[in-house]
Amino acid sequence: MTSLHSPRRLAVVAGLAVALTVAVTGCGSDEPGGDGGYDIAFLPKNLGNPYFEASDAAAKEAVEGFGGSFKEVGPPEATTDGQVTYINTLTQQSVGAIVLSANDPSALCDALGEAREAGIKVITFDSDVDVDCRDAYVSASSPELIAQKQIDLIAEQIGGSGEIAVLSATANATNQNSWIAEMETYLASDYPDVELVEVVYGDDDDQTSYDKTEALLSSYPDLAGIVSPTTVGIAAAARYLSTSEFKGEVALTGLGTPNDMREYITNGTVTAFALWNPEDLGVLASYTAKAMLDGDITGTEGDTFSAEGLSSGVTEFTVGPDGVITLGEPFVFDADNIDEFNF
Amino acid sequence: MTTTAEPVSTTPVARPFGERLRSILLGRDAVIIVLVVLVWIVGASTVDNFSKPNTVYYLLLDVLPILLIALPMTMVVVSGEIDLSVASMLGLSSVLVGVLFQHGWPIWLAALMALGAGVLGGALNGFLVTTVGLPSLAVTVGTMALFRGIAVGLLGTEAVTGFPSEYKDLASDRLFGPGTAIPGFLLVFIVLATVFGVLLHFTAFGRAVYAAGLNAETSRFSGINVPAIKFWLFIGTGVVSALAGVYWTLRYDSARGDNAAGFELAVVAAVLVGGVSIFGGRGAIPGVIAGALLIGEARSLLRLADVSADAINIAIGVLLIASVIFPRVLSGLKGHLTRRRTSGSFTPLER
Amino acid sequence: MNARSLTAGFATLIRRRETGVVVAIVVLIGFTTVVNPGFTTGSDGFRNLLLTPSLLMILAVAQATVIITKNIDLSVSAVLGLSAYATGRMFTDFPDAPIWLVVVLGIAMGAALGTINGALVSLARVPSLVITLGTLYAYRGISIAWAGGDRINAANLPREFTALGTATIGGIPVLFLVAVVVLAVVAYLLAHTRSGREMYAVGSDDSAAVLYGLPVRRRVFLGFVASGSLAGLAGVLFAARYATVSSTAGADLELSSVAAAVIGGVAIVGGAGTVIGAALGAFLLATINRALPTLGIGEFWQQAVVGGLIIGAIVLDRLIWARQARRLKSSHASIAAASSGTDRGVFAEPTRPPKEPVP
Repeated sequence: MTSLHSPRRLAVVAGLAVALTVAVTGCGSDEPGGDGGYDIAFLPKNLGNPYFEASDAAAKEAVEGFGGSFKEVGPPEATTDGQVTYINTLTQQSVGAIVLSANDPSALCDALGEAREAGIKVITFDSDVDVDCRDAYVSASSPELIAQKQIDLIAEQIGGSGEIAVLSATANATNQNSWIAEMETYLASDYPDVELVEVVYGDDDDQTSYDKTEALLSSYPDLAGIVSPTTVGIAAAARYLSTSEFKGEVALTGLGTPNDMREYITNGTVTAFALWNPEDLGVLASYTAKAMLDGDITGTEGDTFSAEGLSSGVTEFTVGPDGVITLGEPFVFDADNIDEFNF
Repeated sequence: MTTTAEPVSTTPVARPFGERLRSILLGRDAVIIVLVVLVWIVGASTVDNFSKPNTVYYLLLDVLPILLIALPMTMVVVSGEIDLSVASMLGLSSVLVGVLFQHGWPIWLAALMALGAGVLGGALNGFLVTTVGLPSLAVTVGTMALFRGIAVGLLGTEAVTGFPSEYKDLASDRLFGPGTAIPGFLLVFIVLATVFGVLLHFTAFGRAVYAAGLNAETSRFSGINVPAIKFWLFIGTGVVSALAGVYWTLRYDSARGDNAAGFELAVVAAVLVGGVSIFGGRGAIPGVIAGALLIGEARSLLRLADVSADAINIAIGVLLIASVIFPRVLSGLKGHLTRRRTSGSFTPLER
Repeated sequence: MNARSLTAGFATLIRRRETGVVVAIVVLIGFTTVVNPGFTTGSDGFRNLLLTPSLLMILAVAQATVIITKNIDLSVSAVLGLSAYATGRMFTDFPDAPIWLVVVLGIAMGAALGTINGALVSLARVPSLVITLGTLYAYRGISIAWAGGDRINAANLPREFTALGTATIGGIPVLFLVAVVVLAVVAYLLAHTRSGREMYAVGSDDSAAVLYGLPVRRRVFLGFVASGSLAGLAGVLFAARYATVSSTAGADLELSSVAAAVIGGVAIVGGAGTVIGAALGAFLLATINRALPTLGIGEFWQQAVVGGLIIGAIVLDRLIWARQARRLKSSHASIAAASSGTDRGVFAEPTRPPKEPVP
């Protein structure tokens, strides 16, 4: 009996020893915090999302610019438990501040609570959590403005009446749901002839969004327009539309990045879309974290702090009610101005 | 063919208790247990924060579902079958808890219903494998899709959150107060591990499971009711997966149709690394516990060292293959050497 | 003589299953088109009808080739993902690379990965379930490590290449034609060459195959190389179709490929079924996925439908087999005994000579 199992013992020992030695010694661990002790970690909804790549790259520059150390971690898919795992890891690593874009408004609260108890500052950006679970929220713009801008665009493009659908990201994302709710309110009050027939979820995954667009077009033959308030969704939808017989017939708008959308503006698939500069969002979030670590602000209304390097040139910011810090207004991109931007 | 003079017993003979205990604890599984300790020491000395109680706490919370499901899975694999539907049952159970909670049911009742679903799912697997006679791989691939499909069908990609804190605490509270390492739910695992351990290693039922895995035909002719045993084993994986689903939901405060997607592979990996033979008939609970802990440790260590998820995946993949290949290669080599040495005489074929 | 009557019985079995699947497809398309004509009419509808299943068809053919030898290849989706990303990187780093070269390289990459699987299974004689589980993890990990958070975007790929993804010839999508050609070639090879028939024999009863003197290991190896190459091809086509490749490309397709094969009549215990059946199974599965939203059934239920279909398919297989075995039992007792329910399919130990002489 035992003779057969010494090979197994050897096997497991050998295999593990090799695997672990390689993994632990070969791969780098990160440097301890920078001079000022600004140890800031960004946790986007998911990795591999160009929107967050832009915001986090700018954040990295900003953080290293003021002498801090930057780290970006995140799950490959936009899920809640993926983020909880990373929040736990960051807590164990005792980072100075966690800046995250949340996949769910309340499910992360326990993990975030543990982080704050360990003395870590928790700041949300782009997508918020419940007010009690974080120290401050950096918002691109107000949900009303974001929603209204997109509805105005689509209504104009479909001639003021018709069926529209929304291609959203994940079903629980805080920002998505707040915008969709605002859209429905605004439609009811200002555009009674425009009907929202369905909301589908592309999960911020390109292939899923692509397939969902196809499904929408085949399920609703009278569809006049699609609104996609997520950069991954609108890019996938545009790509599908531009090869489909509905190109030019079904309008598409939403939140997209100029680089992704340039081709579709040029070939006529999309007329106009909106966004803000995600790089600005990342930079502002970094300076918020810095200010909090410095003790300059605590997230109470009326606190002020300064930030540098924003494209708008604004440097002074004030914390609003509920700890919300707002970047500005959404910006509309169309054929006239799209070549001026590079993100 | 020889004729036997003594009567043939109908149940496998048990070895003396002390001997069994010793062979389990000091045998093959001891290696893996030693490894768990070794990795711990290496980790604690090379990576910051690894040995802090907080880290141990999160490690245990993360590895609990694997630990739980690996217990009945061990018995299933030892009996010569496999159950790939465990993660989907976890997801389905999670969704049931969420949906019922949304409709105002008390959590304890919702959890009970989820466990009931686990029994039903396990019974379906058991029925298809034993009564209809289908291979368990095919059946559980089908039920894996079916259970996951029902889970996602019920909730879509929505997640139910906001579970009451008393129940969430049940899943994630620490045993000895804040800042310590042991989660309270570990007690549930310890109880289950004892039950399964005793069942597999110290009862006639357990011996019959081994017998069924080693040679189903012979066992049947020896009077062991192989189909009945396997049926119950599948109910075991079903119920425990459902329990893991309840735990998962409360721990992450999120009931989602795609919870634990792909998890079944992690459980199989833990079982195989823990020394259970995929052919059946060999393996023990302590080894599997150590295997699961090893994987959990490695993941935690690598995550803390900021090693990315991909390297961890590669390591686990390589580990899985290595742990199954090396014994083959080495025993093949050994057999080759033995044959050379004893050429001319009859060498019994090794399994 | 036993082998021939066995084959005759198999032929009837196979004929029944494939036509069943075709009937199901026709009924499904017909019904859905009545509910929503846009499903098949209009240039988009018809194009998508054929285009959407194409990739899964190729994967199903790959999987069927392996299952026929009584093995399984869980790593196909990871091979697809790696090949898709490699395609993207090749075009990004060498924008002038000729398309045919990239296709060939993608297939070669898949073949290399399949060779690893094949070698491990046939030489080390470890169940393919375990091996391909391990390589699934490993290849997926390599994919993530290489790609990181990077994505290949449509902008990185040459226009002619992405156009291939939706191009049509005479109304039939190019990708679908590729899938059909692949299917025809593999089906021919399996049915009309010695290696092909031997693969069936190996999957049907590997101990008997050894006794017959068949090169069992080589056939199993061949199955995996074929599966890897086809998955590699599917990866290149994936890049053309979706034009965006991230590290999670193709995730979860491995089970769909097994499901497609099983639904199409490829027995999980090996030795039976055709790649045509597998391709039809893939077509049915993909079309169901497309049809459900149109029929107003929440798209979220499609996985449940798939699960139900798999179980239905294998139960059906089992009933037909049992009837077959009963018929054979009356004339060939020993063969029937060997095909009883203790067969563990992909779990069975690899080939060994029998332990004692047959009485």
